[in-house]
Amino acid sequence: MPAFEEKEYTQSFDPKIWKSLFPFLKPYRGMLLFIVLLNVLSAFIDISWPLFQRYAIDRFIEAGTTEGMGAFIAAYVVLLIAQTMIVILFTRRSMTVEMRLGRDLKRACFVHLQTLSFSYYNVTPVGYLLARVMSDTNRIAGLVAWSLIDVMWALCYVVGVFIAMLSLEWRLALLIMLIVPAIALVTLYFQKRILHWNRRVRRINSQITSAYNEGIMGAKTSKTLVIEDQNLEGFTAVTEDMRRSSVHAQRLSAIYIPIVMLLSSLATAIVLARGGSMVLGSVLMLGTLSAFTTYAVGIFEPIQQLARIAAEIISVQANIERVSGLLSERPGIVDTPEVMEKYGDAFHPKRENWESIRGDIEFRDVSFRYPDGDEFVLRHFNLTIHAGTTVAIVGETGAGKSTLVNLACRFFEPTEGTILIDGVDYRERSQLWLHQNIGYVLQNPHLFSGTVMENIRYGRLDATDEEVVAAAKAVSADTVVDKLENGYQSDVGEGGDRLSTGEKQLISFARAVLAEPRIFVLDEATSSIDTLTEQLIQSAISTLLEGRTSFLIAHRLSTIRQADLILVVRDGKIVEQGKHLELLQRHGYYHDLYTRQFEEEAAARVLESE
Amino acid sequence: MRGRADVITSFMHGNEAFFLTATLTSMLGTVLNMATPQIIKVAVDSILGQRPFALPGSIVGFLRLEAMRQAPLRSLLLCAAAIVFVALLSGGCTFGSRLTLALGSEKMLKSMRCRLYEHIQRLPFAWHVRNQTGEIIQRCTSDVEVIRNFVSNQLIEAFRTVFLVAVSMAVMFSMNVRISLIALALIPIIVLYTAIFYSRIARRFREADEAEGALAAVAQENLTGVRVVRAFGREQFEIDRFDERNNRFADFWIRLGRVQSYYWGIGDLFTGLQVMVIIVAGAVEAVAGNITLGEFLAFVSYNATLVWPVRGLGRILSEMSKMSVSADRIRYILDAEEEADPAGALTPPMNGDIRFEKIRFQYEGLQPVLHDIDFTIPAGSTFAILGATGSGKSTLMHLLDRLYDLPKGCGRITVGGVDIARMERAWVRKNVGLVLQEPFLFSRTIAENIGAARPGAGLEEIRHAARIACVDRAVEEFSEGYDTVVGERGVTLSGGQKQRVAIARMLMQGTPIMVFDDSLSAVDAQTDSQIRAALRGELGRATVILISHRITTLMQADRILVLEDGRIAEMGTHEELIRRDGVYKQIYDVQMSSDDRALLAGETQEGGVSHAGL
Repeated sequence: MPAFEEKEYTQSFDPKIWKSLFPFLKPYRGMLLFIVLLNVLSAFIDISWPLFQRYAIDRFIEAGTTEGMGAFIAAYVVLLIAQTMIVILFTRRSMTVEMRLGRDLKRACFVHLQTLSFSYYNVTPVGYLLARVMSDTNRIAGLVAWSLIDVMWALCYVVGVFIAMLSLEWRLALLIMLIVPAIALVTLYFQKRILHWNRRVRRINSQITSAYNEGIMGAKTSKTLVIEDQNLEGFTAVTEDMRRSSVHAQRLSAIYIPIVMLLSSLATAIVLARGGSMVLGSVLMLGTLSAFTTYAVGIFEPIQQLARIAAEIISVQANIERVSGLLSERPGIVDTPEVMEKYGDAFHPKRENWESIRGDIEFRDVSFRYPDGDEFVLRHFNLTIHAGTTVAIVGETGAGKSTLVNLACRFFEPTEGTILIDGVDYRERSQLWLHQNIGYVLQNPHLFSGTVMENIRYGRLDATDEEVVAAAKAVSADTVVDKLENGYQSDVGEGGDRLSTGEKQLISFARAVLAEPRIFVLDEATSSIDTLTEQLIQSAISTLLEGRTSFLIAHRLSTIRQADLILVVRDGKIVEQGKHLELLQRHGYYHDLYTRQFEEEAAARVLESE
Repeated sequence: MRGRADVITSFMHGNEAFFLTATLTSMLGTVLNMATPQIIKVAVDSILGQRPFALPGSIVGFLRLEAMRQAPLRSLLLCAAAIVFVALLSGGCTFGSRLTLALGSEKMLKSMRCRLYEHIQRLPFAWHVRNQTGEIIQRCTSDVEVIRNFVSNQLIEAFRTVFLVAVSMAVMFSMNVRISLIALALIPIIVLYTAIFYSRIARRFREADEAEGALAAVAQENLTGVRVVRAFGREQFEIDRFDERNNRFADFWIRLGRVQSYYWGIGDLFTGLQVMVIIVAGAVEAVAGNITLGEFLAFVSYNATLVWPVRGLGRILSEMSKMSVSADRIRYILDAEEEADPAGALTPPMNGDIRFEKIRFQYEGLQPVLHDIDFTIPAGSTFAILGATGSGKSTLMHLLDRLYDLPKGCGRITVGGVDIARMERAWVRKNVGLVLQEPFLFSRTIAENIGAARPGAGLEEIRHAARIACVDRAVEEFSEGYDTVVGERGVTLSGGQKQRVAIARMLMQGTPIMVFDDSLSAVDAQTDSQIRAALRGELGRATVILISHRITTLMQADRILVLEDGRIAEMGTHEELIRRDGVYKQIYDVQMSSDDRALLAGETQEGGVSHAGL
């Protein structure tokens, strides 16, 4: 599998990308409008504060009287309370929009992921997908709910302040306006660079995490090789890179912030010099001058905010691209419209139209190449498996034993040729129809967080407790359950990590049995079960396999020997096939594999029975 | 007993100059910022107004301020220039303070990260077994991040805020005591309000984080278990489960938003009220003639600069507890004791006989795994060990490589007559090559993996080792050959390939003692004998210890030891053990004379090529 590479994202603003967000915004139109209105209101209130100051100077201080102070305080308090209400309402609404929008995006990603095929999963690391579902959606929702709204506030505030300034003294106002483009440009320039470096810092940060991971997982090996110093050297190189990049990012803000402060002081200086001379010439009241000073300083925050959000919009665009990229990913295996019409889709199955399944599987002239591979692993392959046949697939780890199973279960479809189930091309039936008739037990059995009961019931959701217990008994999983503190109600932990691999295998076996499938797949399902337990379930397996078509990807000789047909896989290709004795007599690769496994098991058996 | 702050201060050591400069420049900048309202005050009162300069006479005289009244326009320009000049200076201070803080804290973080990494590498293997990987990584990343945030954002800010409050108050008190008292009275209320809010809400934040964790866990389990989901056709079920957590997470935050909305709203109200009170009180005082208009303006602007840092201070106070928890969690790692050699540890030649003398051993809190084990491996011989899982054979090798140390009175292991406990640990490990059954490869290139123990080794040497380990051909088949990256970010090797790369890696160490801990289990019998034949030609007089289940492998050793439940069951040459008719003989019989074996008699003879091998 080639290393997964993150693709590059557009660096300039592209409205087309944002359009893909519209359908998600639609349900929140009303709420968003309300938030915008609140913000406009809030901006106007914020604009009025310096006017109060002006009023206090001109009407009280300069006039030398406190008359009307009561009304002044009353008006001030009323506005303060209004502002408080607006903040409370706005915070709630924005939070609601952020979380709901995030929830919708997450759901859309998750639902879509349920339809994508294994070829997609095989080339895409889980961490990458998880980041799409969790963090990208969060960032998009956060931007929409807060930043875009902040833009409204900032715009209103800036425009309002200019209107106020222009109406108070237009000449002074024009002078201050000169500084606005300078601030905006400086902010845009720096924010883009700061974002770039911050992204770099995050990337190095994940390198550091995996370095720790490797340092800890490989501690034993490092000790035996005595390479601790070398490891530290490599690690130091990464942390040094981290240090340099972080300092770089912080140096940029260390330059940016004083520049903005300086520009802001420049505005104050202009107001003082120009406005002061106007006061001397009696064209301007002192109170107005003070209001101007406040405006000149206050306008900088929203302008910076505007520029900062502009930079942020560019960066969140990449998150939107990633999410919409995921959502537009086409599933590799889709049912045709006719099939969906008749059998329903994965979410709305029309079970009433489903045929029952017998379990005959036929590979007819099948050639297959993995979508991400360039070599055919099967060429014109023909094989007929009658219902009830047990097929064992053997070979080294990583040799490609799962390919046939992937094809038979329609996790992948043949590149050429057809696969027939009960004599019908399986593409003429729905995927769910086939999948609900398959019982799958994996080598690294995957359990879900929850109780043992819930995990077994995953095989058939409407099974009663008694049926679950019966299924567990059938495969001796009850021996595991009995050892657990709360029996069937015991929590298995995340991914089942409170159980040993062998225990997990038994539980997942019970799960598959409960599903009463017509086709059984056991992917090295018994490899981690001790000899004693294995003997226990061996007889159970044979009764259960009876009458069912089954694929055994197996190590254990006892499992392999009882197969009706053995397929031997090497380097992704089927090199030998036949019955156990035939294959042994051929003295080929199977013989090798068999001998090796035999020695292992024979020694273990003698030593353990001692 | 070290204090919590020690974790931080000890790493600050060596960077004090940075932190000191950052603090001082930050304070200087604060003082400079105080000057601007004063300049405006002077301009309003004495240039635009007619009040005498409220400055000490000497300064007034020195700057010839009285003369400035005569040319008010020029004086205004001078004031404006002064504002810009002060801003330049204070900008310089801000730059200096931010930069030195970045330099200091990033250097400190680097040394903290490296120290943690190095320390973890040097902790005894037993510590690694005891502690969970995920948990340790969490401490090395998230907790370090909390400390980073504290040092680079909050520490200096807290100093600065306290200083700012002190200076502003001093200046304000010098102008008017009554208004200053009003402003001062409100500050503790705001700090307290914020601090209480954040400590109250901390628990909710944690719960919200947990809800997010639960949601991520469902998504992750679904994505990693996609095969199971599809195989049972459980897509809808999974979506329902995801929806439930997704809604819970969203609702959690929406509820949290409600609490926060009150906080922000009421916080703004407090702040606004404070500003209003200052304006009203200032106006009243000004009308009464107790302060000038310029002083009024100065009051308003000092008050405004105080409001936000003071609110921030409350938050910093409440987050101190978070920082101290993280510091504790990091200290847990740093307090664990590293492996250390006693003074005068030896580095004797390691090509002598290996003696295990009366070894008794048990892992912490578990049943004893070895009881009175006593045997000798003659120098240059091949020694084989056979035993069931858990019989103690790997433990013996761990002891030999000093991954674990024998406690006092539990016997000793000597090489050439010298107790390995008296040798340098690194020396022992450099002289014992150990290949594990499930070897760990680093996610680097194959060449780097093989050459790990000998940096600077040429590609030819690496290929030579790979050829002996019979992995050369497989590597050449990769599109990037020896530059192929393995592991998480690259190619996945099969179990047998991994074992062979690990063997090549061990060969590069060139050790006089080599241990193969069941390390050819995933390799077929033929390759196994090929590798051993190639090794034999290569090794000269190395002492070899083989652990295996495969009689064809074991039988060629000079001596074979059979371990059973941590005791020696039998020991001798292949012939002796066959004659003795014990466990070894039984296994031999099963492996060599089963029905299938008989069926393949010819093949067994062919396999006999390996007799000439080791």
